[in-house]
Amino acid sequence: MSEVLEIRNLRVAVEGREILKGVNLVVPKGEVHAMMGPNGSGKSTLAQTLMGHPRYEVLEGEVLWKGQNILELSPDERAKLGLFLAFQYPVEIPGVILGNFLHIAYQAVKGKEIPIGQFNRLLMQKLRLLDMDTSFIGRSLNEGFSGGEKKRCEILQLAVLEPEFAVMDETDSGLDIDAVRIVANAVNAVYEQSGKQMGFLIITHYSRILRYIKPLHKVHVMMDGRVVLSGGPELAEELEEKGYDWLEEKLKAEGVLA
Amino acid sequence: MAEQEKELRELAVYKYGFRDEDARYEFVVPKGLSKEVVEAISHYKGEPDWMRKIRLQALEIFFRKPLPTWGADLSELNFDEITYYAAPTKAKFRSWDEVPEYIKRTYERLGIPEAERKFLAGVGAQYDSEVVYHRVREDLERLGVIFLDMDTAVREYPDLVKEYFGTVIPPTDNKFAALNTAVWSGGSFVYVPAGVHVEMPLQAYFRINAENIGQFERTLIIAEEGSFVHYIEGCTAPIYSTNSLHSAVVELIAKPGATIRYTTLQNWSHNVYNLVTKRGVAYEDAKIIWVDANIGSKVTMKYPCVYMVGKGARGEVLSVAFASNGQHQDAGAKMIHAAPYTTSVITSKSISVFGGRATYRGMVKVYPGCKGAKVNVRCDALLLDEISRTDTYPVMEIEEEEVEVAHEATVSKIGEEQLFYLQSRGLTDDQAVKMIVNGFFRDFAKELPMEYAVEFTRLIELQLEGSVG
Repeated sequence: MSEVLEIRNLRVAVEGREILKGVNLVVPKGEVHAMMGPNGSGKSTLAQTLMGHPRYEVLEGEVLWKGQNILELSPDERAKLGLFLAFQYPVEIPGVILGNFLHIAYQAVKGKEIPIGQFNRLLMQKLRLLDMDTSFIGRSLNEGFSGGEKKRCEILQLAVLEPEFAVMDETDSGLDIDAVRIVANAVNAVYEQSGKQMGFLIITHYSRILRYIKPLHKVHVMMDGRVVLSGGPELAEELEEKGYDWLEEKLKAEGVLA
Repeated sequence: MAEQEKELRELAVYKYGFRDEDARYEFVVPKGLSKEVVEAISHYKGEPDWMRKIRLQALEIFFRKPLPTWGADLSELNFDEITYYAAPTKAKFRSWDEVPEYIKRTYERLGIPEAERKFLAGVGAQYDSEVVYHRVREDLERLGVIFLDMDTAVREYPDLVKEYFGTVIPPTDNKFAALNTAVWSGGSFVYVPAGVHVEMPLQAYFRINAENIGQFERTLIIAEEGSFVHYIEGCTAPIYSTNSLHSAVVELIAKPGATIRYTTLQNWSHNVYNLVTKRGVAYEDAKIIWVDANIGSKVTMKYPCVYMVGKGARGEVLSVAFASNGQHQDAGAKMIHAAPYTTSVITSKSISVFGGRATYRGMVKVYPGCKGAKVNVRCDALLLDEISRTDTYPVMEIEEEEVEVAHEATVSKIGEEQLFYLQSRGLTDDQAVKMIVNGFFRDFAKELPMEYAVEFTRLIELQLEGSVG
């Protein structure tokens, strides 16, 4: 049986308010899935919960990965198990030089030391893969970065840390169409580099990034804290055309949504 | 048993906390302060009469002056319990081979002889009250550079010492300046002739070994026109349950166009009161830079100062403080603009953790007529937990219209979001805190020579481990 990330009946509250109301989802390794949904549907809560943000309180459910319920693990333990989250709003950490940070993080997730020279060669190779400028790595982590630079910095971390499963939390938000295409191409490149072994969950409000994601195996839709619909890439196109309101009406009529 | 365990734990964090059990002293005065004690110090040193008089006058001022009513809590400091002078040896050596074995061992553990061989132009080593080793590179001596302990300077260069001693910081300045002037011993005397650039740093290393002792070094640096010198001092002490006192006076004189850079890596053990007065005078186009790291001590009160008395003079203070359990770091800067087109820059960064307290206390004064003066003050404080404390007391007295003043102060708590971000990249909680702290101090560490930057970063990490564990 191939490895999967499996979310079972996940209920999560933030500051006492229930946001996720029983999420069920299976993403096999080697597949790229998208999670779409309107604002406030719980997409980002799902992303933060998967990585273990302390402010998100798990009320019920499990997330199974490599035979463990990762909800019982600290964020760094999850990273060491091959999980990665690209943040929607990466924080600035003044004085922490990106290159040094990546070296330490790389050693942490791989659980072994690697000489700086050897690491720098790896870093250069990843920068070339993403067509990024080397000056990037001498800067303070996210400090003074433009919105687009922050997102590309997340992608660079993704490429360097080589996780087995990545959650991309609205990596396309706030970017113009050219930047969206660059981000999508980078995701494709990282997927290819993994020998198509990685799993992806791409969280987005809009379908435009999904047009450039190749391959895209499945599209899910989240509404009111649940996954309400799953389908192929054509589902993204349909939503683009008809909007979330249309789907909401339809699902209410079918009795799926209250 | 519990005591011993506690000591071992402290030693694990503060690796300089060892003491020499077999230390011997040639001369020790009785505890407490009196005219007799001051006379005894002066007599033992065989000083000229003029210095003895300066000491006795200062002692009277000390008795008259009250303790500062502001700043850190000094109520536990008992002047009667302190030994004001303890000399391991009267001799000053120019070769490490001649230094008494137990003292040499201490400095080897601190890495001083090795550093001297590698990258220093001169070294002075003070052990309790006396400087035991002093040496400057011969090529610098030939250029007329003087780097001596202050006692030797009094004997060999009385005219220079008389001309400048106490002119920047008179004994009337504050109670601790008076105390230092009365019982001073050791410290450095540096004279750099006009136009001479001392490219490699001169270093002084101050070590307290005895219990309940006071160390009162006195340093005077004179940089003649257009010269350059970088002086570095480091300080450590053993861990004792009783208090020790370190009260130095440092006077700098930068003649026109000269630059003095003065770097301190203060890492006293957590039973030392560190009450220091540091001030420099910068003449026309001269520059004085204080780079000041306060990591150790129980209480520190230190506000390096620059008097800018010549047109175009510049003063800079880069101050960092790390306040942990039981520590109060009350540090800052003082900038006095007394000439036009003078520039002052104060950058202060502090971290409070584990119930420690860091205070920034700063004073900038611009006198009338100082047109074109520029003032830049920036203070950043970082709190690592809920039980620690930080305060900022900035004072500005600007009495001239045509000036540029910039002031910025930030207080931040180590953020949940920052920690989560780093942890999501595989860093443990401890690693994440260390990384954020090192980042916070990065701009400061860059100002240190490489060897010291490495040491500084390591010291901070050790302190964090001590706090966390």
